[in-house]
Amino acid sequence: MKFKLFDLGKIEFKQAWQLQKWIFQEIKSGVLDAALLVCRHDPVITLGRLAAKTSVLVPRDELEKRGIPVYAIERGGDATYHGPGQITAYPIFNLSYFRKDVHFFLRQLEEVVIALNNDLRIKSFRRPGFTGVWTDAGKIASVGIAVKNWITFHGVSLNIKAEDLENFLLIRPCGMNIPMASLETVTAKRFEFDEVKESLVGQFRSVFRL
Amino acid sequence: MTKVVLPQLGEGIEKATVSYWYFQEGGKVNEKDDLVELTTDKATFNVPCPCSGILSEIFFKEGDVVNVGETLAVIDDH
Repeated sequence: MKFKLFDLGKIEFKQAWQLQKWIFQEIKSGVLDAALLVCRHDPVITLGRLAAKTSVLVPRDELEKRGIPVYAIERGGDATYHGPGQITAYPIFNLSYFRKDVHFFLRQLEEVVIALNNDLRIKSFRRPGFTGVWTDAGKIASVGIAVKNWITFHGVSLNIKAEDLENFLLIRPCGMNIPMASLETVTAKRFEFDEVKESLVGQFRSVFRL
Repeated sequence: MTKVVLPQLGEGIEKATVSYWYFQEGGKVNEKDDLVELTTDKATFNVPCPCSGILSEIFFKEGDVVNVGETLAVIDDH
């Protein structure tokens, strides 16, 4: 398995999006079989392919004033928010080397977060029909992917910090009125990004046998 | 004439929703171009053109639900 980890630190969504496309081509041409990008973004709203017009609750000029860009992108799902209080992971995997099953891959992304939460003694779970990872206090991780030539891109965002959650009020996450949770709101503890990142990467290695 | 069929997307996935056509009817397409994108759960899935030619007929519009194995479009490759 030709696998490479890209630790991008804090990076603009648009830059990471372009990088995903570049790495996608590397995988398509066989230079790599799988790559994992991990990063944090400045505040940004992304709209999946089936996003409803009503999913962004604040006028665009207000978002512009706040410096929050909005991008319509090719992943599945509705609207989501990314911010510096999250870690986002973009697995760009050639599923020919894993299992060519779109839903199974979504369930494995959820498994990565559930396993991470287990290690932190946070109870989290799937909700059938509502992709993502949930806690009793709300959704803690959002999942949305695109698959081309059986190569995946986009991925999963895990909420870590408490202070970032209020920006989810700018949208209807996934087109629903749902509460959002984070590692910090669920546990009332502080978390360091680097520790969570190491754990997340470790769980990816374990779940996908990288 | 070559039919473009919705392939198997995974175990238990019987249908998907057309979310984006990259070409219109009558458009010239090349083999391996992205032709149509479908959505299932929180994933989009691209079906490429199986051959080069003219996209002569599209059977499902964006928003329509398609069953695995159904014909999405026909490409005239002569």
